[in-house]
Amino acid sequence: MTVALEVKGLTTQFGTRNGAVTAVNDVSFSVQSGRIMGLVGESGSGKSVTGFSIMGLIDEPGRITDGQVLVQGTNMRDLKPDAQRSMRGRNVAMVFQDPMMTLNPVLRVGDQMAMAVRVHEKVSKSAAWDRAREALEIVGIPAAGERLQAYPHQLSGGMRQRVAIATALLHRPAVIIADEPTTALDVSIQGQILAEVRRLVDETGTAIVWVTHDLAVVSSLADDIAVMYAGRIVESGTAAEVIASPRHPYTRGLIDSVPGLHEPGQKLPQIPGSTPQLANLPSGCPFRPRCPRATEICATQPPHSGTDAHSVLCHHPLEAS
Amino acid sequence: MTDPILQIDAVSKRFTRSPGVLLKGLDRLTGRDSSQTVHAVTDVSLSVPRGEVLGIVGESGCGKSTLGRIVSGIYTPSAGKVTLDGDPVARDSRGNVDKLTTRVQMIHQDPFASLNPRMKVGEIIAEGPRIHGLIPAKDVQSKVRALLEQVGLEGAYANRLPHQFSGGQRQRVAIARALAMQPELLVLDEAVASLDVSIQAQVLNLFMDLRKQLDLTALFISHDLSVVRHVCDRVAIMYLGRVVETAPANQLYEKPLHPYTSALFGSVPTLGTGRARFQPIKGEIPSPINPPKGCAFHPRCPLAGPRCRVEVPRVVNASSERSVACHIQDGGTGAENEAAA
Amino acid sequence: MPEVTMENTMVVPSAPPEETRAERLRNFWSDYCQSWVAVLALAVIAVLLFVSFGASLVSPQDPYDMAALDWLDAFLRPGTEGSGGYVHILGTDNAGRDMLSAIFYGLRTSLMIGLSAGALALLVGISVGLTAAYFGGRVEGLLMRIVDLQLSMPAILLALVLVAMLGQGISQIILALVVAQYAYFARTTHGAAKVERGKDYIEAARSTPLPTRRVLFRHLLPNVLPPLIVVATVQVASAIALEATLSFLGVGLPLTEPSLGSLISNGFKYIHSDRYWLSIYPGLALMVTVVAINLVGDQVRTVLDPRNSR
Repeated sequence: MTVALEVKGLTTQFGTRNGAVTAVNDVSFSVQSGRIMGLVGESGSGKSVTGFSIMGLIDEPGRITDGQVLVQGTNMRDLKPDAQRSMRGRNVAMVFQDPMMTLNPVLRVGDQMAMAVRVHEKVSKSAAWDRAREALEIVGIPAAGERLQAYPHQLSGGMRQRVAIATALLHRPAVIIADEPTTALDVSIQGQILAEVRRLVDETGTAIVWVTHDLAVVSSLADDIAVMYAGRIVESGTAAEVIASPRHPYTRGLIDSVPGLHEPGQKLPQIPGSTPQLANLPSGCPFRPRCPRATEICATQPPHSGTDAHSVLCHHPLEAS
Repeated sequence: MTDPILQIDAVSKRFTRSPGVLLKGLDRLTGRDSSQTVHAVTDVSLSVPRGEVLGIVGESGCGKSTLGRIVSGIYTPSAGKVTLDGDPVARDSRGNVDKLTTRVQMIHQDPFASLNPRMKVGEIIAEGPRIHGLIPAKDVQSKVRALLEQVGLEGAYANRLPHQFSGGQRQRVAIARALAMQPELLVLDEAVASLDVSIQAQVLNLFMDLRKQLDLTALFISHDLSVVRHVCDRVAIMYLGRVVETAPANQLYEKPLHPYTSALFGSVPTLGTGRARFQPIKGEIPSPINPPKGCAFHPRCPLAGPRCRVEVPRVVNASSERSVACHIQDGGTGAENEAAA
Repeated sequence: MPEVTMENTMVVPSAPPEETRAERLRNFWSDYCQSWVAVLALAVIAVLLFVSFGASLVSPQDPYDMAALDWLDAFLRPGTEGSGGYVHILGTDNAGRDMLSAIFYGLRTSLMIGLSAGALALLVGISVGLTAAYFGGRVEGLLMRIVDLQLSMPAILLALVLVAMLGQGISQIILALVVAQYAYFARTTHGAAKVERGKDYIEAARSTPLPTRRVLFRHLLPNVLPPLIVVATVQVASAIALEATLSFLGVGLPLTEPSLGSLISNGFKYIHSDRYWLSIYPGLALMVTVVAINLVGDQVRTVLDPRNSR
């Protein structure tokens, strides 16, 4: 297995009126080719900023302050802006929650996709259109030729997201960052796309970082999971392990909060309090004020423990089963 | 079984977008009709007994939110009527909002949009009851404090503005605002959909607590099947404006009768089952502007037969507690005869 | 009251940050101060307000008091000492009026007209815009078409026609300016209110139900005000300029009751006989006033723009 993406010590800060806020804090993980990693967290956990940081798409007042982003061994952060741009789209591509962010409303789908082909490769226009049609067929869009002639607003939300995924796949990138790609879609359409994505990853060997808040989606789609809280990855490992026997008290609480696992009408186990403000984090473990296992030592930075296959950032992790 | 408090009787809602003056003129010349009609809700009948939480489930365009707004009296139905204890909830014939009932209160999906950003939460909560004279002026302060505490916030927060609260806290304020009107029926429109999982659990627990304490009756509108299963007694599944299946929650989840319901269950990813083989429903959700003839689900239905393409299925009782609108439960789809012939 | 269950109380971990009105004002001010030009403009406006409304305190002479004027002092160059025994810093005009005093008093008239016309136009515009946005349908169609029609005509033309019909005088001018300018407020109000009208908090208020009047004035209005503040500053500046134009064209105020426009108009007659100070200085005063108000309005817009918020 080759490592498609490796992130080491990635740190992103945002300048605010009251000083710098660390949205992504010393985040490290790696994704192998042909695997899907679910990057899970609640709002404000820094999961989306991590995705954008990997792409190098952080604008003022944000800044990547530290760390490496290795795509197939090349550190994106060492590259000049030009070289970075040429890696984007070809080696690492992104799919957004709202596909209209990448689709230009006044251009035909086919023109946009052909343009995306010709940015990185010198081919004729008709060859580019052929590539676009193939890509649409790959993601399971029926009557691909017709869809290419359509404008984005003529497609349904699910269809647009398929087009966005097809566009991301045009250059067979090593890595795709997908930021909440199915959150805005209906369950039946989400189901179609998840099934399609799983098949694509198995066939093409692309690695995917699937950024989402939805544990259920991740548990049925991803191979690996990383759980983020207040800018840090607090637990990571294979999906089956993390879901079946979470070791971080936050992950445990998150999984317990999902209603589907409990007897209807019973009180749901809940994490008290709400997600902390990044500008105002407690010292040491940020989960400390909400944690049932917290002790005095938690006021200091917790250590990594566990194995590569299942690692946790906690002073008092739950027993591995 | 107690008498139903809410009775929805053959309610339909159509939205017609009439074309502009120019297009109208053009239509007259060419004999076309450019007006578009959205069939948001078609012929829906439901009844909710006192103390029940009825879940309304469906995907976008199924009309569940429109139905909620009809019950709240925000929309007047194009046909049919909604009554609460026999009294209509709707406005008077001139569309006068002031004549709306105070006995139905709604909780919206997005707590960032549903609270006036320029009013303190105390004012937001007290406004309705004060205007309708539900609390004497001298008791307003203490009532607001009590309500805030009842929804799990500190009474002292009454003087703060909505933007100082997190999403979960705002949704609690919205619940307090609804409860302040002492409603007999709550309509929750995707009330936990925009909240994070851990916060969603808190708000669901709060809702279940309040329900026990206050013996609430509610319409719980949601797209989230596992949330609905957790909090609802009975569930109605909607597809393209119609209710296709109604059943007690436990029976529905055990054995769905309508092909759409079972297909919906098949496409929902669930936690803890490991990497799933999805069996998603094929095809797209059709547009409510031009819904398919016959059974609206037939183009996507694996069991559809010739009868489904022409005849709208009736709502039939599958048992004393369940009803379903599908030809399979009502004499067959016609595919059997085709196979025989 | 049923007892409160402990798990549902979110006491310690995340009490919302208390941000008082004073604090928000302080933040607003510190954002405003990002641009020193805007701060300077604000200071200029403060000075202008002081010298105009305190004109009787700071001017060396009362230009309305015909008895205090001396024909011998006519057309004194800036910096000459006149019969009153003090130096006319900006010279005197054809009637021997001290220009500095005339500008202070003229500025007072101009600002008064600009502010009251702006305020009245704001009121009318809000009423029209809110009514149109809230009730929709035919009412909206009719009102907004009238507004569109007016916006397609140059304001100065409309004001000219109105003044010609109504006759001269301060209240006539104000009325003409209001009619010429309310449309800008109506359009902005309508746009903002249309957006807010679709938000859930309005629906919540309507379905409670609250009386229509209350929904309009307690819920809708406060939320459409911020963009209007910006429009208002710009419109006050343009009202001042409009009034000056009318007076310059001779349909505004008489010289016995001068505004900046009438001063410029009067001085313009002598500009070819090398008596530049009669028109240049009132002109400069007008320019500084209009530019300063616009700069302040610009910066307020920048600060209020949610895209710039931090």
